[in-house]
Amino acid sequence: MCFQQKMIHSLFLINCSGDIFLEKHWKSVVSQSVCDYFFEAQEKAIDVENVPPVISTPHHYLISIYRDKIFFVSVIQTEVPPLFVIEFLHRVADTFQDYFGECSETAIKDNVVIVYELLEEMLDNGFPLATESNILKELIKPPTILRSVVNSITGSSNVGDTLPTGQLSNIPWRRAGVKYTNNEAYFDVIEEIDAIIDKSGSTVFAEIQGVIDSCIKLSGMPDLSLSFMNPRLLDDVSFHPCIRFKRWESERVLSFIPPDGNFRLISYRVSSQNLVAIPVYVKHMISFKENSSSGRFDVTIGPKQNMGKTVEGVVMTVHMPKAVLNMNLTATQGSYTFDPVTKVLTWDVGKITPQKLPNLKGMVNLQSGAPKPEENPSLNIQFKIQQLAISGLKVNRLDMYGEKYKPFKGVKYITKAGKFQVRT
Amino acid sequence: MTDSKYFTTTKKGEIFELKAELNSDKKEKKKEAVKKVIASMTVGKDVSALFPDVVNCMQTDNLELKKLVYLYLMNYAKSQPDMAIMAVNTFVKDCEDPNPLIRALAVRTMGCIRVDKITEYLCEPLRKCLKDEDPYVRKTAAVCVAKLHDINAQLVEDQGFLDTLKDLISDSNPMVVANAVAALSEIAESHPSSNLLDLNPQSINKLLTALNECTEWGQIFILDCLANYMPKDDREAQSICERVTPRLSHANSAVVLSAVKVLMKFMEMLSKDLDYYGTLLKKLAPPLVTLLSAEPELQYVALRNINLIVQKRPEILKHEMKVFFVKYNDPIYVKLEKLDIMIRLASQANIAQVLAELKEYATEVDVDFVRKAVRAIGRCAIKVEQSAERCVSTLLDLIQTKVNYVVQEAIVVIKDIFRKYPNKYESVIATLCENLDSLDEPEARAAMIWIVGEYAERIDNADELLESFLEGFHDESTQVQLQLLTAIVKLFLKKPTETQELVQQVLSLATQDSDNPDLRDRGYIYWRLLSTDPVAAKEVVLAEKPLISEETDLIEPTLLDELICYIGTLASVYHKPPSAFVEGSRGVVHKSLPPRTGSSESAESPDAAPSGGQAAEQPAVIPTQGDLLGDLLNLDLGPPVGGPPIATSSVQMGAVDLLGGGLDSLLRSDVGGSPAMGSGSGFAPAPSTAMPANLGAPLSSGLGDLFDLTSGVGTLSGSYVAPKTVWLPAMKAKGLEISGTFSRQVGSISMDLVLTNKALQVMSDFAIQFNRNSFGLAPAAPLQVHAPLAPNQSVEISLPLNTVGSVMKMDPLNNLQVAVKNNIDVFYFSTLYPLHILFVEDGKMERQMFLATWKDIPNENEAQFQIKDCSLNADAVSSKLQGSNIFTIAKRNVEGQDMLYQSLKLTNGIWVLAELRIQPSNPSFTPVPVPFPTFLAASFLWVGMSCVALTHLSVYLRTCCLPALAGLPAVAGFGVVPEMPSTGGVPVHLPSLRNHPEELRCCCSPSSSSSPFPPKEAGAGPVCMSPFLPAKEPAPGNVPPAPGPWKPVLPSLVGLG
Repeated sequence: MCFQQKMIHSLFLINCSGDIFLEKHWKSVVSQSVCDYFFEAQEKAIDVENVPPVISTPHHYLISIYRDKIFFVSVIQTEVPPLFVIEFLHRVADTFQDYFGECSETAIKDNVVIVYELLEEMLDNGFPLATESNILKELIKPPTILRSVVNSITGSSNVGDTLPTGQLSNIPWRRAGVKYTNNEAYFDVIEEIDAIIDKSGSTVFAEIQGVIDSCIKLSGMPDLSLSFMNPRLLDDVSFHPCIRFKRWESERVLSFIPPDGNFRLISYRVSSQNLVAIPVYVKHMISFKENSSSGRFDVTIGPKQNMGKTVEGVVMTVHMPKAVLNMNLTATQGSYTFDPVTKVLTWDVGKITPQKLPNLKGMVNLQSGAPKPEENPSLNIQFKIQQLAISGLKVNRLDMYGEKYKPFKGVKYITKAGKFQVRT
Repeated sequence: MTDSKYFTTTKKGEIFELKAELNSDKKEKKKEAVKKVIASMTVGKDVSALFPDVVNCMQTDNLELKKLVYLYLMNYAKSQPDMAIMAVNTFVKDCEDPNPLIRALAVRTMGCIRVDKITEYLCEPLRKCLKDEDPYVRKTAAVCVAKLHDINAQLVEDQGFLDTLKDLISDSNPMVVANAVAALSEIAESHPSSNLLDLNPQSINKLLTALNECTEWGQIFILDCLANYMPKDDREAQSICERVTPRLSHANSAVVLSAVKVLMKFMEMLSKDLDYYGTLLKKLAPPLVTLLSAEPELQYVALRNINLIVQKRPEILKHEMKVFFVKYNDPIYVKLEKLDIMIRLASQANIAQVLAELKEYATEVDVDFVRKAVRAIGRCAIKVEQSAERCVSTLLDLIQTKVNYVVQEAIVVIKDIFRKYPNKYESVIATLCENLDSLDEPEARAAMIWIVGEYAERIDNADELLESFLEGFHDESTQVQLQLLTAIVKLFLKKPTETQELVQQVLSLATQDSDNPDLRDRGYIYWRLLSTDPVAAKEVVLAEKPLISEETDLIEPTLLDELICYIGTLASVYHKPPSAFVEGSRGVVHKSLPPRTGSSESAESPDAAPSGGQAAEQPAVIPTQGDLLGDLLNLDLGPPVGGPPIATSSVQMGAVDLLGGGLDSLLRSDVGGSPAMGSGSGFAPAPSTAMPANLGAPLSSGLGDLFDLTSGVGTLSGSYVAPKTVWLPAMKAKGLEISGTFSRQVGSISMDLVLTNKALQVMSDFAIQFNRNSFGLAPAAPLQVHAPLAPNQSVEISLPLNTVGSVMKMDPLNNLQVAVKNNIDVFYFSTLYPLHILFVEDGKMERQMFLATWKDIPNENEAQFQIKDCSLNADAVSSKLQGSNIFTIAKRNVEGQDMLYQSLKLTNGIWVLAELRIQPSNPSFTPVPVPFPTFLAASFLWVGMSCVALTHLSVYLRTCCLPALAGLPAVAGFGVVPEMPSTGGVPVHLPSLRNHPEELRCCCSPSSSSSPFPPKEAGAGPVCMSPFLPAKEPAPGNVPPAPGPWKPVLPSLVGLG
């Protein structure tokens, strides 16, 4: 008999030390040995992040993602859209996170039966079946301490025995009959700045990746409209399926019946250079002396274009060149660590006060006899600014139709550094 | 208490314990036991022994327990088929359950039990579920049909499930539609011929409606299905595009990429003048860029696809260069892809930025990435002329760093820059020479040696430098050895006086001490060349090099078009058509882009010219590295020539008109109008040493005669066979009369003979032999005359021929000298064979290739003549010619004249390209007679055109010339395009030669016996080098003296100036 296996055939979960701690086969069993090809690639890549996501083996393809120190390795046998698989794997990881609070080997092992039930529910014959957490939670109840106690007393199960209401309606993301005593709708506008700053401090590249994450706890079938002060900013947007695209096209208003609970309403990208303000600047002086096995390191971070808000949670990480043995630095603020094995320097700065700029300087010890490092390290900066969306995006108002009650509404803004790199 | 406890039991008696627990009366205990079983299963332990016990737990009203048992069943039913039957009843019962969740669960699980015996029991429940009132059950059942089809396709067809499935496409629930589409696509994929998803405007409309409402995964299935549809016109294409565009804003990247695929495909049909076309282009950029902010794995797949999109439609992302800038903590696989796209997008407008970035990357830590960055700088220099100077100085800066691998990469790219801008940057050679000692990689060494050889006259101590390499000659890699050989020969030709010893040394190293056939062959060729005709050697070895192309590593256009149809799939990640790698690729159908139907067809050449330039500037394609065949072809023909498709894709390419109208219009603008043809050859220096047109073959009969010969003979299909003529009259052969003709049938050539005994004695012991001839014709089998031939008896014999015999140029070309022996004597006669028997069946040239080749054929290789009084129309001509393996590549109509573009290939790989212009009666037209070798004029005649009315047929022929490769004399001014050895023919990879065709011309003697031209060793037979010694060929006589074994001799070198 000739099998033609479709879509996702099997899934292996592998931890960082290379143990396969869970396998799930949606069709016939594929031997674990298929993962040897993966291990081979992993070995070649040295760094876990560098394992290529698509690996071909004589009979299968392995498509993998790396999340939370776990490799999700799926086995594919035919031509399948790889993005489809990768998206699905991320969805699996998201679901674990959602169910168990963390996506870790322990959490998965602790809840192996639920994991198995979830995987079975998420994929049928290799086709995704139910991936919306709302629906899954109706089918398979997430574990809680209370319920496991109750279950063990009453013998009831954690599997829902009715068909999830949302499963087939035209709004599959929402279940019917939601009831809350306090009706609330919260929106978090979160913006991350991705930027590359060159040696001289000018911006090589900068863009803002923004999302609006929502937490909606509203009874019944509310129909919401969210409008912005400056919707023109949003020209490259990805929407949650609940959003009525036509309405956005014509009126630039987000109109939707929300899913219940937490979800990502939109994600957007602002790339036109003049709109991307860079909230911090870095003055740096990193040099290695020829033939003296030492170098100097001097970095100052200061605020810039932060609309009067405080820049906080500042952390700088630097991958120092291999030849660096140790670093003797003094920080005027915060604390630093240098890991001589991974060569990573981390400086936890905290809040930046414009009056006294944080500075870190001192000596770098190099391996004696080794040639002077060619490359200069890039500085990776993290920071946070509360109550500010750096793009200037502002929510104008939220209206609710279809229900009588008055909900409590709230909007929060936050700006963070995404991949924010300063070249030296 | 967590589930991890299930993992802890590892003791030996585990199975027994579980068995006892499973059979316990207590429900709770049972459930716990099943959970333990499942847990063991998840870590790969074999718990199949518990099968009966677990199945016993199946009949329960506890849904969780039921699910767990089902989970177990799916895993182990295959290994326990007999036991699995026990479960059937429960399934049937569950399919009737009032709870739709249980019905769906049952139908889902049923399908996953891959046991033949069970399937037939499942048909009834499945049929019910397909019509279930609950859509959740229906959609689950739809998928079950696909599962069942996988197990037993016949059963599914017999039971009519496919029709039910098709009906589900019209279901009211979008989820059901999506799953039905998914199931049908899966089934259709395994049965490409079954017209399961016959899409029509109505069903498309339904799909588009469902698209808006179903889940993200369903949207992917529907979009992929839409991508297979061919809209009937541009309006329909536009309306579909309009309805698909909103998907670009979806949060799921797979949906986005599938939507991009549909749009990229249907865009082909839209006219570029439409406003909508521009709008669509603008809309495509943001979602593609957004994909790059996703997780690195998604980025990687997206980048691989963007790489294709950028090649196909560079205008989409031309302003988005910056998003491809590399971040230092990107995974390496993302970095490399980004770099590749950066170079593709580099233009004069952004080159400064790109260079600054590349320079930055060249100081990074990761070696692979740094190398690629250095190489990228070189590619920028070649691509954007204005930046060349800056690139060179950047490269020099990098060389100053003395980082070993950076220096080596830089030298490799500088070599290409020298090629692209001759006589401009040679001042840096001194700097390069300083680093000679630090080079340890073959590619860098080879590049350096090339530079030394090429500029030997400017480097004072070139001979010392090369000599230093020669010391370790045998330890060098082949690449370096070959390069060293060529460089020293170049040096010798430039400075003959001081370097004679050196050249002799390297030639003897290459020919006598090496066991590498390529090296040896190249050595012999140089040796012979130098010893025979040093002037010619100079012309060949130091010939002006063709320009190298701007774009490298472009995907060949037909493949690119196919890959565009596979956006988002594995094919797009590997940049190979699915047929090339999908295992057991049954059901792989070649997909093609739809033809453009827009109004602006006339002058446009939109598709095949990705650079957006004029059609005439077909970008030269250097196929991706590792593609040996493409590499070689490019080397041979020299840029700018569109490389032929990669072998795997070419097979079916002929049947599928990939570019459709696009190419037609391309042909039109490219070849259109006869002046263009004339100028076409001036476009690039032909890679061959141009042969003076030697149309020496005397016309044995005028054209008119030939027409008479064929008038009235017309076979519509099949190759033309001339009537038998007497070859050997009886009076000349002691009573044996031989008449005969030649024919070609399905790939085999035969000589049809009639032997008549006109003597008075019985004849026996017949044998036949051919003298060497132009095409190596030889009997494939001995002459079989079974019984002795009695007086006044005749016998008809069909003698199969092949073309693997020895080759010698004959005059006329198609002369064949035959010796027939019988018991009486040996008789000799000669005859002319019609050339069309040598036209092979695969003589249909790829359009793209045809176009490129046409342009590259020098004028000297061109001949023109007219056939008058032929009353056929274009189609009839085309079909007649086809019968004789002369294939129509394209047809068009210019000012009322039909033009046919034909190609044919001879058994020895010579291609002949022809343009036929069929003029309606035009009595005032006076053709200019062009001397033309008999055989070609005749070849059209043999096809049998009757001449009745006033129609002119002009035939315009072009052939390409690469004589050294063909192992055959350049045929009467018609050179040869060597047929490339099929994959495996030339197992050596010669990347360094990419830009040095002059070497290849002299060295590409195949080294494997499977190639069409067996390797020639000195003394193995006549080595035909006619392009270099055209006049010295022995005059064809009846029995030409066999040339003695050729010995390389050097003395004649002395007189070289």
